[in-house]
Order: sequence, then structure tokens, then C-alpha cells
Amino acid sequence: MNAPLPTRRDEAWRYADLKALATVWSKLDGPEQIHVPAGESQSRQIAELPVVDGVGVIDLDVTIGDNATFTLYLLAHNADYGRIHVRATLGNGSHFELGGAILGSGQQTLEIVTETIHAEPNATSNQVVRSVLADKATGSFLGRINVARHAQKTDAAQSVKAMLLDRGATANAKPELEIFADDVKCAHGATVGELDKQALFYMASRGLDPATAKKLMLQAFIADAFVSVGDDVVREGLESKALEVMEGLS
Amino acid sequence: MLKIENLHATVGDTEILKGLSLTINAGEIHAIMGPNGAGKSTLAYALGGRPGYDVTAGSASFDGQDLLDMDPHERAAAGIFLGFQYPVEIPGVSNLQFLRESLNVQRKARGEEALNGAEFIKLAKEKAALLKMDMDMLKRAVNVGFSGGEKKRNEMVQMGILDPKLAILDETDSGLDIDALRTVGSGINSIMRKPDKAVLLITHYQRLLEEVKPDFVHVLANGRIVKTGGPELALQLENEGYEAIAEAA
Ligand SMILES: Nc1ncnc2c1ncn2[C@@H]1O[C@H](COP(=O)(O)OP(=O)(O)OP(=O)(O)O)[C@@H](O)[C@H]1O
Ligand SMILES: [Mg+2]
Repeated sequence: MNAPLPTRRDEAWRYADLKALATVWSKLDGPEQIHVPAGESQSRQIAELPVVDGVGVIDLDVTIGDNATFTLYLLAHNADYGRIHVRATLGNGSHFELGGAILGSGQQTLEIVTETIHAEPNATSNQVVRSVLADKATGSFLGRINVARHAQKTDAAQSVKAMLLDRGATANAKPELEIFADDVKCAHGATVGELDKQALFYMASRGLDPATAKKLMLQAFIADAFVSVGDDVVREGLESKALEVMEGLS
Repeated sequence: MLKIENLHATVGDTEILKGLSLTINAGEIHAIMGPNGAGKSTLAYALGGRPGYDVTAGSASFDGQDLLDMDPHERAAAGIFLGFQYPVEIPGVSNLQFLRESLNVQRKARGEEALNGAEFIKLAKEKAALLKMDMDMLKRAVNVGFSGGEKKRNEMVQMGILDPKLAILDETDSGLDIDALRTVGSGINSIMRKPDKAVLLITHYQRLLEEVKPDFVHVLANGRIVKTGGPELALQLENEGYEAIAEAA
């Protein structure tokens, strides 16, 4: 890429691993353009990041036509530094759905950054991100929602939850709302927690060994990100990939 | 079956159990009653191996094995079931999935074959019917959004499915309406009243003991068993209260 390397002062790069990014920056292409024609629907699943020298960057610039739908399901796990940036611009009556899981361990820095631009009225967006972070991993979600002045009846939701498995792990969640219309629904929530010790003992008292109990709880936690997947096979594929990655976490 | 000798246990820095001894043989039903804060739940948790409930002295053995040396899930596989005073909610994990995994992990630990889906559903249906619980509730996440009474009934469905040797039931009767109490009482009888099984019932009320007739009634006060008797002791407690009896002991 010809553009200058971002800095931390740049809000969208606040939690990025800029040192890692610098090593691949010149090799990165600009954002991939995706156009969803009016009335159509498109879906994209990303279960692995394309990684070069430990760095995996995905950048999507999506324009969603009137009454069209774009759904995106992500698993961010296989990079020392992984970043998924999505900019979605919504047409009248369109829908943008994002379900993402960030699964990190070791020293990984993984992030999902979204810019959701409600440019026209009556559009809806729903973003669900779940992070499971072990060791010294950092998982971040930055979600900017921009609602234009005339984009009335916008309904934009974000739900972001992180589960920290170790004391050294870090989760960042930052919603940013810029709303210029008045008839708008924007629900957002962010929480950070740990595995519920009471639940773990309850499960143990029924015979579940610690590893199985942990697996069931993490599986349930991550499942939120993929409940909206319409196709059972696709959903199960994403869930089992997530589970496989989580079984490798300490 | 269960032999507890001079058990001392602390929670945080406070000693709660102060030399408790109790022996339960196969085929017996024991009731423990006692004032709030006496240490009844602490006893249940210490026997279950809950982290934070530290046994500092004494011993507890189950079928001749050192119970205190086992992890909580190993105690379950050995045949101990803990009915919780406050059953825990587990969002996102369905009752059926939870119980099937639990049962099969236990069976595996005992060297038995896992039940397949159909066999498990049949068993779950049978136990749900016994406790008059709707199968739809078993499809929901564990205890999430269940009423207090439904949670207790769910504990008993779990007990039916897991089929333990020893059930330690901590106030399973509290929160139940009159009909549910009867259902739960007869559920306990049909699941647990067998020559090779035993029950430790922790309760505040005589009412459950009319359904599930205990062979022994103990009074736990101040971290110890201060009095033991037959079913008549429960009646006496109901009439006279703990204070008089604990003091006389
Ligand atoms: N985590 C804790 N930290 C400190 N003290 C505790 C803790 N848990 C329990 N205790 C104390 O231990 C004592 C015994 O509690 P326990 O729950 O065993 O009583 P109980 O006999 O079951 O009472 P109840 O009839 O009210 O259920 C109480 O005084 C309680 O406050
Ligand atoms: Mg109690």
C-alpha cells in the first residue's frame, strides 16, 4: 500500500500491533470492494486470515444496495497480528449482519474494526462479537456506527462480549456512535468476564471434568456470534472450527 | 457407604465445621436439620469438593475410598450427587446436552458404555415424567429463567438421570409448592430408596420428611452434629425449636 503507515493516534488503529503491521504494510492491497446489488443478498465467511509473516489483514469495503443484505461471519485466530476491517455502507431498507469470534492466545493481537454507515433510511445492522482470550492475548473490537441525518428508522445493534481465561489477557471494546438522525434505535452492550466458577463447580458436581466443562461453556459463549447463520451446515462448520481453536487455548 | 470423622472445614478464614462425624450406610435415609448458618450447606459443599471449602482436619470416605483426595467430578463419577440449595444457571448450555455429556463422562469414568442419543432421550423422558417436568424445559438452557421451584425439580430430574449411589440434597424442598413437594418427595423415594443407595437430606421442614421418611434425624448446630434421633426428633424440633434442643445437648 502507498498510504503512510497508520499511527496509534488514528482512532481506528488504537489497539493495533503497528510494529507487526509495518513488516507487511507495503505488500497490502487496498480494501476489497464488494457491491451487493439492490434486493440481493450476499454472504461471506472467513474462517482463516490470509497470513504473511505472522500478519493477517482483511479489509472489506461493502456497499449494500437498497433492500439488499450482506452477512459476514468471521473467526479471527490464526495470526500473531490479525485485523479485520469492514466498512459497510447501507442503502435504503438494507441489512448488514456481522458475527465474529476472536480466539487468541500467546502474544496474539487480534482485532475486528467496523464502520457501519447508515447512509439511507430504514436500514438495519446487527453485530455480535465474542472473544475468548488466553495467556497474554489482546482482542479488540472497535465499532463505529454512523447514522446520516436523513437515515430515519435506522436500527443498529452491537453486542460485544469477551471472556478472559488468564490474567494477562486483554479485551478492548469500543463502540462509537455518530448519530445525526432522530428516529433511530441503537442498542449496544459490551461486557468482559471470566468463566463462571460457580457454574464450573456445578458442572463438576454432575461429573464433568474441568476440560469438558470449560469446553461446553466456551462453546455456548461463542455460539451467540453465529446464531443468525441461516444454513445449519455453515453454522456447524464455524462452531466446530471455533471449538477446535479453543481446545488449543490454555 | 459414607463415613465422616471429626471433619473440620473452613470457608475463607472462618472455621465452619468443627469436628463433624456422621456415618451413613447403604439403604439409609438421613435428615440433617439445623439453624441458619449452622454449616449444613458447608457440609454438602465440603463433601462435593467445592473450591474454597477447605477441609483442615478429619476424614471422609465413600465406599472405602478417601473422598477428600478426589476431584469434584471424580466424586460424582464415584456416585455422589449434590442437590444444590441454589442451583446454578448456565446460559447457552441446554439441559439435555449438559446431562448427556455428564452421564456419559461418568459412565466412561466407570468403564461403562456411553448412551447413544435415542437411549439418552428415552431415559430423560422417563425421569422428566416421574418429576412431572415438561420435556421442553429440558431443552432450555440449564436453569436459565427457571422459577425457584422449577430449579429444584430440575435438580431431581438430573438425579434421576445420573442415578447416584448417594444423594446429598440441600434444601431441595425449599421453594416448592405443595403439589411439587409431593412430586419431589415421591421422586426421591422412587429414585433413591433402594438397598444399595443412601440419601442425606438437608431440610428445615417436617413436611418433606413426611414424604421421604428418614431413618435418622440429626441436628447440626455450630459446625457439629449435636443430637441424633429417629423421625420423632424432627417433630420435636418443629414443636420446640432448635435452641432448646441444641442447649440441652
Ligand atoms: N464464602 C463465605 N465466606 C465467609 N463465610 C461464609 C461463606 N460461605 C458461608 N459462610 C458462612 O458459613 C456459615 C455456614 O453457612 P452455611 O451456608 O453452611 O449454612 P447453612 O446451615 O446451610 O444455613 P441455611 O440454613 O441458611 O442454608 C454461615 O455463617 C455463613 O455466613
Ligand atoms: Mg444452606
